[in-house]
Amino acid sequence: MKTIEAIQEELIEEFSLFEDWMQRYEYMIDLGKSLPLIDAAYKNEDHIIKGCQSKVWVHADLKEDLIQFTADSDAIITKGIIAILIRVFSNQPPKAILEANTDFIDKIGLKEHLSPTRANGLVSMIKQIKMYAVAYQTQLN
Amino acid sequence: MLDIKKIRADFPILSRKVNGQDLVYFDNAATSQTPQQVIDVIVDYYSRLNANIHRGVHRLSQEATDAYEQARITIQKHFNAAQPYEIILTSGTTESINLIASGYSTLLEAGDQLIISALEHHSNIVPWQMLCEKTGAELKVIPMTLNGTLDMEAYENMLNSKTKLVFVNHVSNALGTVNPIEEIINKAHAYNAKVLLDGAQACPHIKPDVQALDVDFYVASAHKLCGPTGVGMLYGKSELLETLPPYQGGGEMIATVTFEKTTYADLPHKFEAGTPNIAGGIAFGAALDYMNGIGMDTIARYEAELLDYATAELKKIEGLKIFGEAIEKTAVISFNVGSLHPYDLGSILDQMGIAVRTGHHCAQPIMDFFEIPGTVRASFSFYNTFEEVDRLVAGVRKAVLMLH
Repeated sequence: MKTIEAIQEELIEEFSLFEDWMQRYEYMIDLGKSLPLIDAAYKNEDHIIKGCQSKVWVHADLKEDLIQFTADSDAIITKGIIAILIRVFSNQPPKAILEANTDFIDKIGLKEHLSPTRANGLVSMIKQIKMYAVAYQTQLN
Repeated sequence: MLDIKKIRADFPILSRKVNGQDLVYFDNAATSQTPQQVIDVIVDYYSRLNANIHRGVHRLSQEATDAYEQARITIQKHFNAAQPYEIILTSGTTESINLIASGYSTLLEAGDQLIISALEHHSNIVPWQMLCEKTGAELKVIPMTLNGTLDMEAYENMLNSKTKLVFVNHVSNALGTVNPIEEIINKAHAYNAKVLLDGAQACPHIKPDVQALDVDFYVASAHKLCGPTGVGMLYGKSELLETLPPYQGGGEMIATVTFEKTTYADLPHKFEAGTPNIAGGIAFGAALDYMNGIGMDTIARYEAELLDYATAELKKIEGLKIFGEAIEKTAVISFNVGSLHPYDLGSILDQMGIAVRTGHHCAQPIMDFFEIPGTVRASFSFYNTFEEVDRLVAGVRKAVLMLH
């Protein structure tokens, strides 16, 4: 199992290959296409992340003490963003998710999405992912 | 003729870069940019005039008061109000609407009826819902047709002797539709109902004559008219403003105060409690002077050409659908491309230095009507160019390619 940090390093390296925003965005859009999709049954109000102009649904399961995230969005770029987050945080123990920082987002050139006022709700997505980790960590204790 | 080069040179912000590219600012319906002439007035106020108004006997206070009251007269003349005291300076359109709603809360009874339209901004829906909850009055909504115009037959059928107030926007912020306000006013007056027009989106493009319209209340914001944020106006017929109770208590709005009884000041001060946005008010006047210097007719003609050009060019994009195609509309285009989310289009345009608005534009009922999550809205001003429209069109094409 790769650590969260190792995956983040991997992403930073991948994104460093791009010369301009267009390539970065195109890659992000591609990543969105490989997003582990949320089960249709979970695409409801309980799983929606508030604070986004587009709709984002996230669900988490605990399997063998690791959290598996699935998600979806009705916007393509948002789907790419949540796919990046899921690649970093899925299949990890709750404790590691809780302790992880998210500086890599700045380093992969998506800093503008980190602003709390940004309508895509990246900050809310991270918060929701960490909330799931808190819930499952409590369950494990 | 409009000297676009000269005009653009007046707006310092238009020469800045966004994401490494020349800014294309097409979010004018949200807020307009500020010309140097207005910025200078604000700087001059704080450099030379700053003092509290209406109560100082000292020189600065008198000069600041004169400048502020001169701005009120400029606003009065722009809207052709009969008297300067019929212009109340507020913090903006939202406060102006709330001021009227608050005043009417004491005048309405259960069973009275208010009419709003399906084209309203949230700020022209929520205060009336609150007012109805408080008074037991009933809220009716004029429905919209598919091309984004109001169903006037339905409106006529709603009017009756119980109708006390009708509130519509002069121009819809989400679609740009110019509403048939003369007809709305005349029909309401036939039932003795009063009419409030929200002019926030109309005033950047149209110069309303409140006396010719015979409208009862008219509200607008300075920041959509090349002025600063945090200041706006309410026009009300003096006999109606007299009947409304004050909105907020405080200094400035009183004649005499004892612990037993306070008597209120005359118009407009009755509605202007506390120290106002003095620099903002003066700059509001300067902004109207600036726009009138170019000429509202010249502005409207130029913007209509921009709108026609942008509409024709955008429509060439496969799958692009424009929402709101009223014959009478201002320079606003609300659109989507296929099933692409407006957020995706807006994000990519932003990367290209093009500022548009995405989302529901504070008009969720309109989006629900069209069953869409929102639109991309490009709104034009007289300082925009045809080349900028070309950049928008090319930008949308590029975004569509990237997103497919």
